Amino acid sequence: MESTILRTEDFNASFGTTHVLKNLNIKIQRKKITAIMGPSGCGKSTFIRCINRMHELNSNATTKGKIYLDGQNIYEQNPTILRRKIGMVFQNPNPFNTMSIYQNVLAGYTLNSYKLTRTKKDEIVEESLKNAALWDEVKNTLHKKGTFLSGGQQQRLCIARSLAMKPEIILLDEPTSALDPISTSKIEELLYGLKRIYTIIIVTHNIQQAGRISDYTAFFYLGELTEMDETKTIFTNPKNIQTQNYITGRFG
Amino acid sequence: MMKERLRFRETRNMIFKFFIIVCTLISIIPLVLLIVYIFRQGISVINWHFLTSLPKPVGEAGGGILNALIGSLLIILVATMIAVPFGVSMGMYFSESSPNWVYKIAHLCVDVLQGIPSIVIGIIIYIWLVKPFGQFSAFSGSVALSFMMLPSIIKSTEETLKLVPHSLKEASLSLGVPYYKTMLRVIMPAGISGILNGIILGVARVAGETAPLLFTAFGNPFMSFNIFKPIASLPLIIFNYAISPYEDWHRLAWGASFILVSMVLILNIITKVTETRWKVQF
Amino acid sequence: MFLTLLVSSLPSIKALGWKFIYGKTWDPVSGEFGALSFLIGTLLTSTLALLISSPFSLTIGLFLGEYYPKGWFSSLLKNAVELLAGIPSVVYGFWGIYFIVPVVRSLEMKVGVAPYGVGILTASLILSIMIIPYSASLIRLVVSMVPESLKEAAYSLGATRFEVIRFIIIPYIRSGLSAGILLALGRALGETMAVTMLIGNTQAIPKSIFDTSDTMASVIANQFTEATGNVYFSALIETGLLLFVVTTIINIIGRNIIKRFES
Repeated sequence: MESTILRTEDFNASFGTTHVLKNLNIKIQRKKITAIMGPSGCGKSTFIRCINRMHELNSNATTKGKIYLDGQNIYEQNPTILRRKIGMVFQNPNPFNTMSIYQNVLAGYTLNSYKLTRTKKDEIVEESLKNAALWDEVKNTLHKKGTFLSGGQQQRLCIARSLAMKPEIILLDEPTSALDPISTSKIEELLYGLKRIYTIIIVTHNIQQAGRISDYTAFFYLGELTEMDETKTIFTNPKNIQTQNYITGRFG
Repeated sequence: MMKERLRFRETRNMIFKFFIIVCTLISIIPLVLLIVYIFRQGISVINWHFLTSLPKPVGEAGGGILNALIGSLLIILVATMIAVPFGVSMGMYFSESSPNWVYKIAHLCVDVLQGIPSIVIGIIIYIWLVKPFGQFSAFSGSVALSFMMLPSIIKSTEETLKLVPHSLKEASLSLGVPYYKTMLRVIMPAGISGILNGIILGVARVAGETAPLLFTAFGNPFMSFNIFKPIASLPLIIFNYAISPYEDWHRLAWGASFILVSMVLILNIITKVTETRWKVQF
Repeated sequence: MFLTLLVSSLPSIKALGWKFIYGKTWDPVSGEFGALSFLIGTLLTSTLALLISSPFSLTIGLFLGEYYPKGWFSSLLKNAVELLAGIPSVVYGFWGIYFIVPVVRSLEMKVGVAPYGVGILTASLILSIMIIPYSASLIRLVVSMVPESLKEAAYSLGATRFEVIRFIIIPYIRSGLSAGILLALGRALGETMAVTMLIGNTQAIPKSIFDTSDTMASVIANQFTEATGNVYFSALIETGLLLFVVTTIINIIGRNIIKRFES
């Protein structure tokens, strides 16, 4: 039990009348990287947006079923506290353009109206940026606007921003799809290092990426979980024909 | 400690949302009152007689606004006839030209024109057209209004024509159709709904304008069809009657307000409908 | 085509410019046509109108742009706001005589000042009602242009909606907001008819917001056709020129801010 941090129970999600996720039962292991794959429109992004309850911000979005975080149903928790425990990094880097790099890292605290001492702030900023492998590149420009950074740096800044809140899980929604190969490999390295401390769930379009960095892979097809196993098994010996087709590039 | 903070933040969140809703509702109140009031006061006055007779002197019952109605329509008609050719051709010019300095200055001029207080336009036209001829005239009122219509016509023409795909123009040119014919026969018809929309919006904008007419069309208690003589108009008659102390005239003013507001609202609704129905699709 | 506009606007600039200098030399501020009282009147009514209307414009903007961008009530409200922007100002003024004047009059009786009913406060109230539709739709526009990704990022860090508005939306739209307020000010300054009908039209420096006064636009509207003598006449034109210059500058600045915001 100790190794499962998150599990869903007959979970459904829809937009209006479109049923996006169907009866999902999935278990996420603690301090591992779980990759979620599947053709576009299969509900990958919707799934991780349900985990930190961002899905319900859409006006016509509904959910049914349960998601347990450490044995507690997240839909019975306060979304604000929940989102602090589950960080999220989005497809396109989205640093707050009205704030400096320094303020961006601390945004989670300011937005939650926390008062921190100066030293504590410096400490958090330095630690988070180091964890996001960005410290050396920005330590002299901390008070410049975050939007002056390159795309890859911006994305690492966004990772630092979610790390600063010390979450239990980090959700990444195709974090590298808008980036160049070099930035991508940097972020992959970074994620590999982060799993010592955090549980990571990453949605990716890129089969190679899933193969390179993840411990477990879940394959979604048309809103259903087709197959989930250790990444090695999925890649070498998929049980499901659709998974096989996707991995060998026959569709999607 | 943590819990308490959270409760505080959530309460604040709720209060703020409540505040937004309440403020929005409060600000709707005068707007609704206004419409309801005009319609209630106006409808009781409107009848066939009101629309088809001339104003009577104070003390005599009855009287209508026929001359003002005709005057308004005449002024607006002439204003549209002046503004449309200029507006459409300038819009075409803008949509075709590259953003060099001429374009930028001309654009700035249009922006400036849009922001000029209407009373200032009245003064300018007075200096141009009333003073030299020594007489107020419907025509000078039309010119003043046509200036106020120009920006909306120019902008909607430009924006619509920019949406017309380049390939359409190239197709026509490659057939050996001369440039001006391409513009008139191919590009213009493709964007006609947007241009019409701009014209209607322009008319709606000036239909209720009073200030520029004070020193141009001036007003006239009698019937007149001569565009080179002073002429009555709805907004002017409302103004004059509204500030008069006579109850009878106030009733006429309510009737005129009702007609004017309905006209403007109908024009606006027409543009809304055409906007969604006729949207140029490529 | 562009030349037609330039050529035709040149004489006006020239005529006004010449008259402006002319009026200035013949018309010392302390003299018969001193403009100070209605300059103050204009400034006072416009600022007061902005102060009254801004909170409401902002809340409508947030209501339509952030809280309820869809739904029947919002589209009704949005259309109503747009249509109300089209109601002629003379009608607003007429309605003000019937509706706002009595309200202000009873207020004045309570406060214990001479109950004219008309005056700066009345004019400001009608002005604020008139500019709400205009600034609210501008603010709605800029609020709805705040990128979804920024808001999502803030929510994913556990912010409440209030905090998203306070720390993300407001800083993001700050320049757009100031442009909205500036353009509304331009409107308020040049507004003629409704103000003329409600301000009382007296050329004296107002001592309180209950006093009757005059604005630049209302002075022109009232006296232009009855101005006798060159000095009187050109002083009025000079007023118009001043109004023109001020509103033009305000509009150009406001539009530039909006343009920069959009790109």
